[in-house]
Amino acid sequence: MMLARLKSWEGLLLIILIVTVLANAALAPQFLTLQNQINLFQLSIEKIIVALAMTFIIINAEIDLSVASIMGLAACTFGVLVENGTPAGFAIILCLMLGVLAGAFNAFWIAYVQIPSLVVTLAMLIMYRGIARVLLEDRGINGFPQWFGDLGQKAFLGPFPLGLFIFLVLLIVLGLVLHRTGFGRLVYVIGTNAEVARFSGVRVARVKTILFILSGVISALAGLLYAARLASVRGDAATGFELDIITMVLLGGVSIFGGRGSIIGVLFSILIVLNLRNGMALMNITGHIQTAVIGVLLIMSVLGPNLAERAKSLGKAKAAA
Amino acid sequence: MIKPFRRLHPQTLRILALAIVLMLTILFFASQIDGYLSPRMINRIATSVAVILPIAIGQAMVVMTRNIDLSVGSVVGIAAYLIGDYLGTHPDIHPVMVVVMALGLGAFCGAINGALVAYGRVPSIIVTLGTLALFRTYLVEYSGARSITTSGLPQWLVNLPQVTIFSIGSFDMRLTVAMSLAAAIVFWVALSRLRVARKFYAVGSNPDAAVVAGINSSLVVFTSFVLSGMLAGLAGFIFLAKFGNITVVAGLGFELKSVAAVVVGGVNIFGGSGSILGVVLGTVLVDTIDNSLTRWAIVSEFWRDALLGMLIMVAVATDTFMTRSFGRMKGKSG
Repeated sequence: MMLARLKSWEGLLLIILIVTVLANAALAPQFLTLQNQINLFQLSIEKIIVALAMTFIIINAEIDLSVASIMGLAACTFGVLVENGTPAGFAIILCLMLGVLAGAFNAFWIAYVQIPSLVVTLAMLIMYRGIARVLLEDRGINGFPQWFGDLGQKAFLGPFPLGLFIFLVLLIVLGLVLHRTGFGRLVYVIGTNAEVARFSGVRVARVKTILFILSGVISALAGLLYAARLASVRGDAATGFELDIITMVLLGGVSIFGGRGSIIGVLFSILIVLNLRNGMALMNITGHIQTAVIGVLLIMSVLGPNLAERAKSLGKAKAAA
Repeated sequence: MIKPFRRLHPQTLRILALAIVLMLTILFFASQIDGYLSPRMINRIATSVAVILPIAIGQAMVVMTRNIDLSVGSVVGIAAYLIGDYLGTHPDIHPVMVVVMALGLGAFCGAINGALVAYGRVPSIIVTLGTLALFRTYLVEYSGARSITTSGLPQWLVNLPQVTIFSIGSFDMRLTVAMSLAAAIVFWVALSRLRVARKFYAVGSNPDAAVVAGINSSLVVFTSFVLSGMLAGLAGFIFLAKFGNITVVAGLGFELKSVAAVVVGGVNIFGGSGSILGVVLGTVLVDTIDNSLTRWAIVSEFWRDALLGMLIMVAVATDTFMTRSFGRMKGKSG
């Protein structure tokens, strides 16, 4: 029953996706070119990479609002390190470790002190962003090595940039972990009912810790990619990205109450959001309207099934009477 | 040592702790900043709190029912801009009507959220994440890249921030501050004295039990969102009066600040408990730190957010540890 519903949800997303792609292709002839398709990914590559980690977090019935601040913090730390003469390669490693640290700090409060993740990561959204601002104040840093900027902007293998590669590799690896391993099952079990999981001997705190560290390190990686793509960093880098990222995950059919969702659903939702934005941009619709359309889509994605279900149960009640 | 505290309700103790932290914060800044305890600084902080306080109270009402309202910042923006715009073409409208319009506009936005959450059964974080973007987009489109300036506003509104009801020494009780405080007092009295207000706590602490007890929990949740919108509308009016110049980004980020004030003020994020007095103290604490750091010479003002985040974490952690040790103590004695 649940499986059937999940399948139908992803089926619905696939139909929306096909309609969007066809409409875009019909309206804008340049849409189906390879370069446009790559651009479409490239413009939001950091967000969609973090969305993969967020999928795990939300299926686990938690939330991580601090991702965009960790992205900004990693990018700013990288900027400051390079400016002070640290070799860029070494700085990348340090920044990834910073991501691990930030995730572990979140995890400590959430998994061990057991404060709601909404509160912890809200505080950390403010704090990590605050530290990024302390580091850079209102300056911007550019002057990165040429190869670093190339990683973010130029084609890495064939026509594909590095970010797209990282996304695809993570998509496959994380998809397999979530759907084909015991650890993946634990993520669902805890998301469905953490209490039952704990009494069944699942080490809930450890699983949560791993997930938040994963989220932290992937966010730091995404922040570095962002710095490379723009070839500059500022204190407000990636501000507000968390909302777009969470929207993509929820639209993909992942339940905000945990325990339900799939990587395929999130992939479809990512593709829908990217295609919608790209199509609207090709039709000269501004960024704000694009955001509104996606906001409506997000609300409808939950409201629609709810209303349908209620209509069905109303019909049943009438039939019974 | 703990014995005398046992008679106190945990909530009372929480507020006592918050008041002490607030006092220590003020004393700390007073020792660091010359002329800190001057009436001017108090006025500055009071007028700043006046904008955030109504939003925080509305947020508290929503959080009490186990929901969250992330759209308040956008509602503040809509109310401030639309009212300012309307006054540009209708300058003769009565001031009381203007406030009523701001409240109505906010209530309308809140009703949209409330209907979707309470009757559409969509989780509040999803709804208000959506309307956060939707309301802001509406404002951007409506504005057509124009801004409201003081020159387009009637004189009474431009003068409003300076209107003083009474003065104690050289501390002036501004009308905008009084409006904000009046809202706090109304909600404080209502929540602690009116039977109907207990429903908000009931729905938040156990929705199923509330329904069994005959409470229309959908209506309660709907009402909390309408109230939150209405108070955001009031904040929008005060914002308009305070700044006069309104752009489409007015109120941006207030949702996080209000959630922070509410959480620091001791409202349980899982619903069912919290007091307006706590929210007032939480708001004042958050805003005092915000306003004082800009004046503190030793650290740059860029430390504001980093310290604010830390403060929220400390407040919540203290709260958690305190509630738990109380639970343990009760378990032992009972």
